Amino acid sequence: MLNYTFDWSIITSGKYFDWLVSGLVTTLKLSAISIVLAFILGLIIAVMRMSHSRPVRWFAHAYLEFFRNTPLLVQIFFWYFGSYKILPTAVNDWLVSTNFEFAAAAIALTIYTSAFIAEDIRSGVLSIPKEQMEAARSAGFSYLRSMQYIILPQAVRITIPPLVNQFLNLAKNSSLAMTIGVMEMTYQARQVESYTFKGFEAFTAATVVYLLLSIAITALVNVYNEKVLNVHKAT
Amino acid sequence: MEQFFNFSVITDNFTYFMIGRFPHGPLGGVGLTLYLAVVSCILSFFGGMILGLFSISRFALVRYPALAFINLVRGMPLLMVIFWMYFLMPALFGKVAENNTVIMALTLFTSAYMSRIVVAGIEGIPKGQTEAAISTGLKSWQVMLYIVLPQGLRNMIPSFVNQFVSLIKDTSLAFIVGVSELTHVATQINNRTMAFPTEIFIFIALIYFILCYAFTSLSRWLEGRLSWSKAI
Repeated sequence: MLNYTFDWSIITSGKYFDWLVSGLVTTLKLSAISIVLAFILGLIIAVMRMSHSRPVRWFAHAYLEFFRNTPLLVQIFFWYFGSYKILPTAVNDWLVSTNFEFAAAAIALTIYTSAFIAEDIRSGVLSIPKEQMEAARSAGFSYLRSMQYIILPQAVRITIPPLVNQFLNLAKNSSLAMTIGVMEMTYQARQVESYTFKGFEAFTAATVVYLLLSIAITALVNVYNEKVLNVHKAT
Repeated sequence: MEQFFNFSVITDNFTYFMIGRFPHGPLGGVGLTLYLAVVSCILSFFGGMILGLFSISRFALVRYPALAFINLVRGMPLLMVIFWMYFLMPALFGKVAENNTVIMALTLFTSAYMSRIVVAGIEGIPKGQTEAAISTGLKSWQVMLYIVLPQGLRNMIPSFVNQFVSLIKDTSLAFIVGVSELTHVATQINNRTMAFPTEIFIFIALIYFILCYAFTSLSRWLEGRLSWSKAI
């Protein structure tokens, strides 16, 4: 440590800078794709969780508990190494023909995050007064239509701050995709370290990027809370 | 389907999954996962307590560094913290065992999250209690130690248990620096046998699920009990 010479130039320009930028792009791409899919899946699971049919409700409950209580890393490994035995051949062929590492990471992140998003949406829905559902039903809407037109539009509005936080978690969790060889931010920082032995600089670069991302997103949530929901946070 | 799924790979290696080569070698598998989680949990309880109390201190010189540290760690992925520790610990302390590197990383990471639980628990105690205690002549550290913390800690217990569940899941990341906990054991056996990844990863997912679900249920039960006893 004492005779370590800092050399910040390697990460601010040239080949290694390009590596880090491409890592950031991959991280953002992976997170963006996964959050959109996870939101759709989470919405479906949340509605199923509140369904009147008992088997549907139990399925959603089992889904939530299972995917929330297993490590993301194990889920990534399952989709990457083990999914070929349970998926149809056509899907396997398609996955192998695309960027399989990226696809496996996206599937794992989507499913893992959808379980958390479903719970966020559910608590958003539970905060909508029961009378609204009753009024919608007596106005002649079916259960699904009352959800679609009356309850969910309001619930999603309340759920946006926790959803944005889930996006932040997702961006941080996507670092695990490096274990199966997706060249995202952490992977590239590691790569720069092994090529240059400048670990301090490489890890600092990645840390700063993650930090800026989370500061920016937290600021956005605070603005939304104040301007749209009129909630004033103490801190 | 029969020749497809073959769970004999699990039964053949069952003790290896559970305790690694323990009686004749280092602890591994589920045993090491629990060891890492328990040790990091105890350490980060104290870490979180210190950071939490610092972050609401009256002295800016104490408060701001604590807040900066908490936000720094919470803004980073755990994997990044593990790499930092893996890279910094040898530079600072010489040779460090991988297990301790991971425990250090998990402790720092979880302490930052625990500190938020501690702050929430302290803020949950009515302000009147502090004022009453101060007017009886207690100093502010005595108020914290004898009045606020004993009550606050009880309300924090369910959140601590949830944090422990996250720790059990997070120990799987120790795999990346070669600590032979459950996920590492699974990848080892997967690399050796080659043909049964589906079975192996379903099996370890189930083990993690059983461990975590047990503690999640415990935390829900505690929450119910504590809110009941608080109502009296």
